[in-house]
Amino acid sequence: MTDISMDTMARAVAHPRRDIGLKGRYAAERRFRIYGAVAISVGLAFLAIMLITIVSKGYTAFWQTTVTLPINFDEKVIDPSNKRATDPSVLIKANYPKLAENALVAKLGINPDDKPMIQKLKGFLSEGARVQLRNIVAADPSVIGTTRNVDILAAANLDSAFKGQIDLSVEEARRKVSDQQIAWMDKLKADGAMAEHFNTGLFTYGASSRPETSGMGVAIIGSFYMMVIVLLLALPIGVAASIYLEEFAKKNRLTDLIEVNINNLAAVPSIVFGLLGLAVFINFLGMPRSAAFVGGLVLTLMTLPTIIIATRAALAAVPPSIRSAALGLGASKMQMVFHHILPLAAPGILTGTIIGLARALGETAPLLLIGMVAFVADYPKTPFDPATALPVQIYMWANEAERAFVERMSGAIIILLVFLMAMNITAIVLRRRFERRW
Amino acid sequence: MSSLLVLAIVIAIGVVAFFIGRQRAAAHDNGAVKPHSRAHYHGWWAFLLAVLPAVLLLAVWTIGSSFYLDRHIRAALPERTADSKVASEALDVSLVKSLAKGLRKLDADTALPATFAELQPPLAAKGVALASDTQDYMIPIAVEANAVQSRLGLFGAVITLALSIAGAFYALRQIAPRARARNNVEKLMLWGLLAASTIAILTTVGIVLSMLFQTITFFESVSPMGFFFGTVWDPRFAAAGSGGSQGQFGLIPLLAGTLYIALVALVVAVPVGLMSAVYMAEYASPRVRSVVKPALELLAGIPTIVYGIFAVVTLGPFLRDLSAALTGGSPFIQGQSIFTAGLVMGIMLIPVVSSLSDDIITAVPRAMRDGSLGLGATRSETIKRVILPAALPGIVGAILLTASRAIGETMIVVLAAGVAANLTVNPFEAMTTITVKIVNQLTGDLEFNSPQTLVAFALGLTLFVLTLVMNIVALYIVRKYREQYE
Repeated sequence: MTDISMDTMARAVAHPRRDIGLKGRYAAERRFRIYGAVAISVGLAFLAIMLITIVSKGYTAFWQTTVTLPINFDEKVIDPSNKRATDPSVLIKANYPKLAENALVAKLGINPDDKPMIQKLKGFLSEGARVQLRNIVAADPSVIGTTRNVDILAAANLDSAFKGQIDLSVEEARRKVSDQQIAWMDKLKADGAMAEHFNTGLFTYGASSRPETSGMGVAIIGSFYMMVIVLLLALPIGVAASIYLEEFAKKNRLTDLIEVNINNLAAVPSIVFGLLGLAVFINFLGMPRSAAFVGGLVLTLMTLPTIIIATRAALAAVPPSIRSAALGLGASKMQMVFHHILPLAAPGILTGTIIGLARALGETAPLLLIGMVAFVADYPKTPFDPATALPVQIYMWANEAERAFVERMSGAIIILLVFLMAMNITAIVLRRRFERRW
Repeated sequence: MSSLLVLAIVIAIGVVAFFIGRQRAAAHDNGAVKPHSRAHYHGWWAFLLAVLPAVLLLAVWTIGSSFYLDRHIRAALPERTADSKVASEALDVSLVKSLAKGLRKLDADTALPATFAELQPPLAAKGVALASDTQDYMIPIAVEANAVQSRLGLFGAVITLALSIAGAFYALRQIAPRARARNNVEKLMLWGLLAASTIAILTTVGIVLSMLFQTITFFESVSPMGFFFGTVWDPRFAAAGSGGSQGQFGLIPLLAGTLYIALVALVVAVPVGLMSAVYMAEYASPRVRSVVKPALELLAGIPTIVYGIFAVVTLGPFLRDLSAALTGGSPFIQGQSIFTAGLVMGIMLIPVVSSLSDDIITAVPRAMRDGSLGLGATRSETIKRVILPAALPGIVGAILLTASRAIGETMIVVLAAGVAANLTVNPFEAMTTITVKIVNQLTGDLEFNSPQTLVAFALGLTLFVLTLVMNIVALYIVRKYREQYE
């Protein structure tokens, strides 16, 4: 016994300050802090890498190479037997690519009888030239017999070559652009006839099997229809439901059931809503496939829980004194809600709605199931016509093999992200500006 | 008369009733008696009585008459025999219906030919294209159906409009200074609010019922044992009605792939997300927080298709080439692999985990933190020994919610995980998931009653039940946890 106590005493004398491992603990503290910083940096680094790769792949999609050619609307090519007065279909079926080819041959100074050389021009201009020139003639038949400068799209491969995306050191047989075409391209470039312009087609064209004439026109309209439907349905229904649950509902089984349902619906995988849309709206109610209307309904059901949860939070944030004051002055409960609480909660509701809409705009999976993966070339005139949506268009381009489609796809992603960012920033600004702390 | 036109007229009646009602109520207010409700409540009450019953009747009538018409056509069709030219009775009815729709576009006074072949040119001239298996005997039935339909429509329109006008008159007659118009209107509004909040229940019921019915039909041709315990997924070779060849619709490989990818995603997302949340809540200066928080929200706002494309266009090829460079030849990571899909999904889930855990960590009472710090613990010790244990149930709930997101995620795996239903433990190979197969089975042209499409609903139901259980448990835990500190 004494031995031990002597021993401890001796030790206490030998170590005037107890070692409580402070050094190690501070080191652990620093390490822990570094782990946290690393975790955040990892998250942000991924965000940066993703945005950088997408933008670096996609920004070139906003420019498109065109060739300015003096097109001679030669009557001998368009209407060789002069029948257009009696048979208007001649003007539709005419060989318009030939006009473009002739103009290009003249421009490049190729001998018009040198057939093998002209053969090499194949794939230089876009097939879209046919529609473009046909539209010019259809709009104004008097153009026939005159010469006019027209900007004609270069084919996708030439467009890539012009932007320097094709590796010219690969041997000629293994790339899609021949040396001769490159030489012509350089010649036209030196002339100033071939140049990059802002790609308005990316925003206006519909689906096409050729990259240079495909765009997101149909998808933008389809997404717009769906957003309008979601806004018109989800906002009033969501606000009404929240008002009932927050202000009127008595605590009973039904209310409990509704609440559990809403919280759970907010976490149901989006693809399940697609299955619901397919089984109920399309098969049972016989609504059209691929229509923006059905897509809007499905997205409405998906967005409702988000809006309800946000609206309830906004309503609950209005202080009880406002309610008491309104009731005290003789307002009915309905008047209290609609005249006083709702206007005060409006900014919060708006913010939640915008965030819900942004989620709906980027949603893809349910739309795949209701047939919005469709090749739609014409603008949908009503929400009941076949249409696609922005993210679905991106998905469809992702499944294409050609390089030019990948470029368009990245461009489309940039546009989608710009839309989403604008919506999210609006929501954040609204929240900052109108949020009241009571 | 079309239903839409009737609807428009009914609403017009309602608007007129509103203005008359408001005017009358205002005229009654002569200062002698204090009015119970303000004038516009009388107007609204008149509007509601004119519109609501009429619209309800119109809806019921429209649905009812379409059922009646179906039965009418069915009864008029010749008895089905073995040599009937049309495959099924349902097809028969739908052919008659589209024929009737086409006939309505023709001029009324033209004499109808007796055979379908003669009928086609005038219909085609009107832009009506009909199925070629439309039969001659259908023409009189279609004509008769059209007559019945127009009679029904006219009758429905008349009684709807009558009801609307009657409602408006009734409401307008009621107007008196002491009439309780506001209470009436508010009672109806309350019903409207209640109806809106039941939509959530209807959606859930719709989801469950729609998938349940299709799943039951699916199990008529494929045995549930073969579906739930089969280890082979190969739907293409199970011919419809072959009595469900065992194992062809095996769920196991899909479920394994789903869980494997979700696991990889959680391994990435949970440590990173949790540590970010801890750092943001305990260490970050307000300036850092004001930059990083919106950035993480931005990461959460990026659509999943963008993540999927990042995986398949950038990360997949990069990892493949990297692994090829490491071994100096053949790549051991495939372009589409569990690892790639899981990694990208993990990145997507980082902000989810961090924002959920952030809420939970900040909910731990200040006193616990201060107590620990006051006793001389460092901040990291406080976090590890006090805050995280206190927040543990909440964090478990958050991880469960995140896992349910990972299981239900579609676009990333559709693009990055592959479509081959393998059973493998190698994370660098491709596996497929439940959601990928739902998309695969349901995109493109589909015939609705084959097991190949119905299986998607069985998969969907499985997915729904799986996530439902996780969500309910998670929400229960999170709620219990919150109550503990409130």
